[in-house]
Amino acid sequence: MVAALLSVLFDGVAYGSVLFVISVGMSVTMGLMNFINLAHGAFAMFGGYLAIALMTRGGLPFAAALPVVLVVLGAAGAVLERLLYRRVARTRPLDQVLFTIGLSYIATAAATYAWGPSQQRVALPAALAGQLHLGAVDLGVYRLFLIAVVIAITAALHAVVRRTRFGAQLRASVDHPQAAAGVGIPVDRVFTASFALGSGLAGLGGALGIDVLGLDPNFPFKYMVYFLIVVVVGGEGSILGSAVAAIALGVIDVVGKYYVPGAGSLLIYGSMVGFLLVVPHGLFGVRR
Amino acid sequence: MTGPYRDDPEGAPDPAPILPSDRWRLADSALWLVAALGYLAFPAYRVLGSQVIITALFALSLDLILGYAGIVSLGHAAFFGLGAYTAGLLAVYGWGEPLTGLVAAAGAAALLGYATSFLVIRGRALGQLMITLGVGLLVQEAATKAALITGGVDGMSDIPMWRLLGVFRFDLAGSTAYAYSFAIALGSFVVIKRLVHSPFGLSLRAIRDNARRMPALGAPVERRQIAVFTVGAALAGIAGGLLAQTTQFVGLDSLDFARSAAVLIMVSLGGTGRLYGAFVGAGLFLVMQDVLARHSPAFWQLWLGLLLVAVVLFARGGVLGAAETMTRAARDWRSRRRAR
Repeated sequence: MVAALLSVLFDGVAYGSVLFVISVGMSVTMGLMNFINLAHGAFAMFGGYLAIALMTRGGLPFAAALPVVLVVLGAAGAVLERLLYRRVARTRPLDQVLFTIGLSYIATAAATYAWGPSQQRVALPAALAGQLHLGAVDLGVYRLFLIAVVIAITAALHAVVRRTRFGAQLRASVDHPQAAAGVGIPVDRVFTASFALGSGLAGLGGALGIDVLGLDPNFPFKYMVYFLIVVVVGGEGSILGSAVAAIALGVIDVVGKYYVPGAGSLLIYGSMVGFLLVVPHGLFGVRR
Repeated sequence: MTGPYRDDPEGAPDPAPILPSDRWRLADSALWLVAALGYLAFPAYRVLGSQVIITALFALSLDLILGYAGIVSLGHAAFFGLGAYTAGLLAVYGWGEPLTGLVAAAGAAALLGYATSFLVIRGRALGQLMITLGVGLLVQEAATKAALITGGVDGMSDIPMWRLLGVFRFDLAGSTAYAYSFAIALGSFVVIKRLVHSPFGLSLRAIRDNARRMPALGAPVERRQIAVFTVGAALAGIAGGLLAQTTQFVGLDSLDFARSAAVLIMVSLGGTGRLYGAFVGAGLFLVMQDVLARHSPAFWQLWLGLLLVAVVLFARGGVLGAAETMTRAARDWRSRRRAR
């Protein structure tokens, strides 16, 4: 009983970890640029497809494909930010919503043409397959790997934001862009860099999460609400908040589907609405 | 200026600032005349026509919330679908009278809208998106899970409707459906037009443009937003109820996210805050969908996506917004020439 609960909890944490890696970029863009990027999931989707293409056609091992995905999607994010996002940066929220929903439709159609409408499978390396038995508790090795990777990413992200010059510039720009620009911080470039970082992480999360979230052309719309929940519940722009919200979301979703299958996603949406009733600004959100 | 982001949003060309005037102009009559003539001109397309009218009414209900109160909703289908299910369930369980069914649909949707509005008005844009999207998914999930009542994935088909006003049977050719939808939509339009041109409507637009200043003028911002959200939800419920009654079918797609997104796109495509934008947008959207989706769903999605991106990049304010910008430019050009 307890062992089963622990296994389910563990799955929930792994699921939440993937959600965190994908969503954290969206949270930072939202907090930093005040930009609603509903197409964020498309970066994750293309990350997943790219990883599969690299492994099946390029013959790369899984571990080598991941950094490539991070770099390629990051570069794609930087280019798109410079070419497209920048042009709609100062529009009303409605225009941002329409624009990014439009991008999501394009991404969905492109993925359907390139890879077909069906679910993709990923062949995980043998070392990451199977189960680990700790007493009566079964832990999937891949999920253990996921959690480890996500902890590493979070630590790295924390170090970058807290310890580096770029991190200081980023924090200053989030807090007060005018003042930051006034003391000579290239706010512009900080925007592009953080957008690229967020897109790269989303791609990485998409690649890591194929086995957990699935991968098909509808991905950007299917998980849109999950990413939004992470951003809003965690508080816009807060990395720690995103992490807490993502893990909580993953655990509630998995535990709910396991123990109350009749409720489906009602539990998630219900608890989200209830949560926002009490804490409208999210866990670590800044009141603006 | 600190780079491109985070300054005051540069608005789309807003409708020209005019004092509220409820006069019924020629253009107002022309549109409804066209819709009425459509009944006679295309008798084979009355079923389709009634659905276009219903969709336009649905879009109109969103324009009230979006264009006049500035609330971006990603879950407006929740109210549409709730209205559809209310009207459908009433008929299935023995009360197939259409008009009272519509009243019930409006009432149910208004209740949900009223309850939702308290959450919606608390958040900023992102919170509003989240709440509306969440409520939409919540209602759809509830309808899916309550399969015993709602028919779940299969929906409810062959809903037994009584005769309209005790006289007109809902026929296969859709004549009753067309006339009925037309009358209800026209009635709703008259009410909405009156509403947005009232002092209440003017205060809504002021709140949309500057919510911080309005309390200083003595306008209760939150109460106005709650009121308009509730009215918009009720109208969406009427549209949903109409669809259920005229097609005698209710399915989960009436609650779908795709429907919420589509109606948001329609209103923006036509131009928000102009009432007629909803009609233009709904017409354009449905025609394009009909032409492009014949090829394949992905083909339609591709063009829809490209169109959205293009509208935001080049034609903010949609078709009517672009038309207005052009007329204004032409007028300026003429007056400058005359001055010379």
